[in-house]
Amino acid sequence: MSIDYALLFRVLLPEALLTATALLVIGVDLVWGSGRSRGSRLQMAVGAGLLGVGVAALVIWQDGAQGSVWAGNLRVDLLAVAVRLGVLGLTGLSLLGLTGSRVSDQPAEYVALALLATVGFLQMAVAQNLLLAFLALELASLSLYVLAGYDRSRPESAEAALKYFLQGGVSAALLLFGFSLLYGMTGRIDLTGISMALAAHADGSLSAVAVGMVLAAFGFKAAVAPFHPWAPDVYQGAPPMSAALIASAAKLAGLAFFWRIFWSGLGPLAATAPLTGGAGGGWVPVLAAMCAVSLLLGNLVALAQVSIRRLLAYSAIGHAGALGLGLLSAGEVGPGPLFYYAATYGLATVGAFACLALLDRAGDGDRIEDLAGLRRRSPLLAACLAVFVLSLAGIPPLAGFFGKFVVFAAAFRIDGLSHPAGWVALLAIAMSAVALYYYLILLKQAWIAEDVRVRGPIEVPPAAALGVVLAAGLLIVLGAFPSLLLGRF
Amino acid sequence: MSLLPWIPVATLVGALLALVAGARSAAAARVVALLTALFGAVAAGAAAARFAPSNELVTLVDLPWITQLGIRYHLAVDGISLSLVVLTALAATSGVLFSWTVAERVGEFFALYLTLVAGVYGVFLSADAFLFFVFYEIAIVPKYFLVAGWGSTRREYGAMKLVLYSFAGSALVLAGLVWTYGAGGAEGFSFGALTEAASRMSYGENVAAFGLVFFGFATLAGLFPLHTWAPTGHVAAPTAASMLLAGVVMKLGAYGCLRIALPFYPVGFAAWQLVIGWLAVAGIVYAGLVALVQRDFKFVIGYSSVSHMGFVMLGLATGEIEALAGATLQMFSHGVIAGLLFGVVGRMVYEREHTRDLVELEARPMHRRLPGAAAVFVLAGLASMGLPGFSGFPAELKILVGAWNFHPIWAVAAAVGVLVAGAFTLRVMQRAFFGQFGAAGAEPGEGGERLTLPEKLGAGLLLGATILIGLKPDLLLDWIVPALQSPAFHFAATNVVP
Repeated sequence: MSIDYALLFRVLLPEALLTATALLVIGVDLVWGSGRSRGSRLQMAVGAGLLGVGVAALVIWQDGAQGSVWAGNLRVDLLAVAVRLGVLGLTGLSLLGLTGSRVSDQPAEYVALALLATVGFLQMAVAQNLLLAFLALELASLSLYVLAGYDRSRPESAEAALKYFLQGGVSAALLLFGFSLLYGMTGRIDLTGISMALAAHADGSLSAVAVGMVLAAFGFKAAVAPFHPWAPDVYQGAPPMSAALIASAAKLAGLAFFWRIFWSGLGPLAATAPLTGGAGGGWVPVLAAMCAVSLLLGNLVALAQVSIRRLLAYSAIGHAGALGLGLLSAGEVGPGPLFYYAATYGLATVGAFACLALLDRAGDGDRIEDLAGLRRRSPLLAACLAVFVLSLAGIPPLAGFFGKFVVFAAAFRIDGLSHPAGWVALLAIAMSAVALYYYLILLKQAWIAEDVRVRGPIEVPPAAALGVVLAAGLLIVLGAFPSLLLGRF
Repeated sequence: MSLLPWIPVATLVGALLALVAGARSAAAARVVALLTALFGAVAAGAAAARFAPSNELVTLVDLPWITQLGIRYHLAVDGISLSLVVLTALAATSGVLFSWTVAERVGEFFALYLTLVAGVYGVFLSADAFLFFVFYEIAIVPKYFLVAGWGSTRREYGAMKLVLYSFAGSALVLAGLVWTYGAGGAEGFSFGALTEAASRMSYGENVAAFGLVFFGFATLAGLFPLHTWAPTGHVAAPTAASMLLAGVVMKLGAYGCLRIALPFYPVGFAAWQLVIGWLAVAGIVYAGLVALVQRDFKFVIGYSSVSHMGFVMLGLATGEIEALAGATLQMFSHGVIAGLLFGVVGRMVYEREHTRDLVELEARPMHRRLPGAAAVFVLAGLASMGLPGFSGFPAELKILVGAWNFHPIWAVAAAVGVLVAGAFTLRVMQRAFFGQFGAAGAEPGEGGERLTLPEKLGAGLLLGATILIGLKPDLLLDWIVPALQSPAFHFAATNVVP
C-alpha cells in the first residue's frame, strides 16, 4: 500500500501551521516579551495566533474536500472542511475575545494552548480511525483542562479545571475501553472496517457495552445529561474565553467526531442491535432518551439560576439535547443540519462569553442583576448580547432559529412520531418556550432594568469589539440566508 | 409596480432609521415613524384602489430562499390578506399618532414598534408557511420590550406573560407544521405543499396536527381559556402597543387559523369543530361578564377584546363561507374599534387624569373635562356594541347567522354575549364619562381640555374606517368572499347547511 506523502503533508498543513504558530508565540514571548507590559505581550500573542488561524483557514479553504487520505485514515470530506473552517473561526473569535478579558500573567502560553487545542479539534474533524481519533480528542482535552484552570487568582478556576479533568479523564477512559472492545470484536481500528464487520456479525451484549461506553464519552463531551455535571462549574469557574472555547469549538469538533464514530463506525448498531436486551434496541433510542433528559433538565434548572454563566451552562445542556437530536437525525438527512446548528450555536456562545469577559474585566459580578444598566454603560455590548441571547433562544431571523428548525425538520423526516426522534423534537420545541423565559430575564436586565449603583461606561477594546460585532453580524447574515452554510453540503 | 411587497422591508428599514434618528432627537424619530407608517398606508391604499378581487392568492414576489428545504420568499395577496393589511396600516398610523407624547427613549420605542408592525405586515402577506412563521415570531419579541419598557400596571409581569403565551402558542404551531412537513413528506413549505402533505397523514395524525396548529394560533387570538395573557398584557402595555396588540396582533392568531389551520387540515378541523365552537361561545359570554365587573377602565376594554375575538373564532368554527367572511370582517372591525377604545383609555384619559379607576373617574365630571374623549368614546362604544351603521354590525350578524345554521344554541348564546357587550359598554361609558352628569361644571382652568391634533387625526382615521365599513360592508366583503371561494377553502363550500 503506497502512501502519498505529499498529499498527507498538504492535508496536515493546517495542523502543522498552528503548531508552529504556537511554538513561535511562546518563543517570541520569551525573547521579545521580557520586560514588556502584559497588555502588549497579549496583543502580540493574539496577533500571531490570529495570523496562524487565518493562514490555516486559507489553506483548508483552498484545498477543499480531498476525499480519503493516507489509506483511509483521514477523511477530508465536505463536512471535515466545514468543521475545520468553523473551528478555526470560533477559535479566532475566542482569541479576539481574549483581548477584552482580564489579562493573565502568561498570555502567550494561553494563546499557545488554545492553538494546540485547535490542532486537536482539526484532527477530530478528519480522523477516520479509532487511534487517531482518540489522540486528537486527548490533545484537545488536555489543552482545555489547562485552559480551564488558567486563572490562578481565583480558586473557582482551579476547581473548574479539576472537575473538568476528573470527569474528562473518566470519560476518556470509558471511550478507550469502548474502542478496545470494538477492536476486540472486529479486529479493525478503521471506522469503515468496523462498520462492515459489525454489519456482518455483532456480538449483542459485547457491542452493547462498547456502545454504552462511547455514548457516555459523547455525553461528557457534549454535556448531554446524565454526563453533564461538569458544565455549570466549568462555565462559571473557568476564564470566560476558556469556557467559550469549551462550549463552542470543542463542541463543534466533538459533534463531527462522534458523528463519524456513530454513523460511519457504529451505524449498523443504530437501532437493530439488542442494546437494551430486548428487540428494537440500539443506540438511537438510548441517545434519544439522553437528549430528552438533557432538554428537560437543562431548561428547567436554568430557570432557577442567579449566575449568568451557570444559566448559560444549563441552557447549553438543553441545547446539547437538541444537538444530540441533530446527531440522531444525521443518519437520515446527512450532517448538514447538525453542522449548521452546532456552528451557529458556537457563534452565539463565543459572542456571549466575549461580552461576559468584558463585563468581568470591568469588575462586574456574574449575577444576572449585574447586567442592569448595560444599555447605558455600553450600547454596543447590550445590542450584541441581545443578538446572541435571542439567537440562543431561537428567535428568527437569527441563525439560532434556523438551526433548531432544520434539526427538528430532519428529526420529523425520519418517520414522524413513529420514531423516538419525533417525540424528542416535540419536547425540544416545548422547551424552547420555557427557555425564552430565562433568556428574556437576561435581556430585561440588560435593556430595561436601571442600575441601582452608579457604574461608569464599560471600556471595549477595538479587537474585542470587532469580535462581538463579527459574531453578531454572522448570526444575522447566516440566519437570514441559511443556504450560505446549508448549501455547502 | 405595486409597493405592497416592499412594506415589510420598508417598515424594518424605518425601524432602523427611527433608532438612529432617536439617538439625535426625539422629534426626528417621531417623524421617521410617522413617515414609515404612512408609507405602509399609502402602499396599502394604492394596492386597495387597484385591487381586482379573485379567488386565488396573487403573487407579489416569489424568490428562492432556502432551496435545501424548498423554502421560498413568497409574498402574495388576496381579499382576506388585503383587508388585514389595510387594517394594519390604519392601526399602525394611528398608533404612531397616539404615541406622539412618548418621551422616554423615543427612538428605541418606535424602532420596536415598527419592527412589530413589519412582522405583522409580513404575516398577512406571506404565502409560504415558513416565511409566515418567521414574520409571526418577529412580531413576538418586540412586544416584550415595548410592554416591559414603556408600560404601566405590573408591566414586567404582563409583558412576560404576554410573550410566553405567544411564544408557547407559536411553538405549538411550529411543532404541528414541522411534523406535517416531515411525516407527510412535503417538498417545501408552500401552502400547497403542506396541504398536500397533511392530506397524506393518517386520520389521527391529521386531527392531532390540526390541534397543535389551531390552538397554537388560537392562543394569540385569545380563544377561551387560552386568553388570559390578553387582558393583563393589554393593560400593562403602553397605548400604542395595546392598540396594536388588541387591534392587529390578536388577528395574527385568527388569520393563522383561517389561512393555515383550516385549509391545511380540513379533516382535523371537522373533528375539532364542536370543541372550537363551544370554546368560542364560552369566551364571548365569559369575557363579557368579566368585563362587566372590572374597576380598571382598561381591563374592561381588555376583556371586551377577548369577547369580540370570540366572535371571530365562532365564525371560524362554523367553517361556512358566509360566517368565515363575517369572521374576517369582524377581524377588521374589531381591529379598528379596539384600537380606538385603547387609544381613548390610554392616551386621552389616562395621560391626562393619571387614573383608570372607574370609581375615581366616576367622581369627576369627565364629560366636561374631556368632551372630545367622551365624544370619541361614545361613538367607539356604539360601534363596539355592534350597532347598525358601524362595522361590527354586519360582521357579527353574518357570524350569528352562520352559527345559527350550524348549531342554533351557539347563536343564542352568542346573542346573549351581544347583550352583555351592550351592558358592559354602557356601564363603562356611564361611569367613566358621565358619572357626574348634570353636576356642576368643571372648575375654571381645568375644564374642557381639547384633544391634540395627532389625537384627532388618529381617532378620525379609525372612526372613519368603522363607519365607512358599517355603512358599506360590501367594500370589504367584495374582496373577502371571492377569496374564500378559492380551492383552499373548498371545505367551506361543503359545509353549507341546507
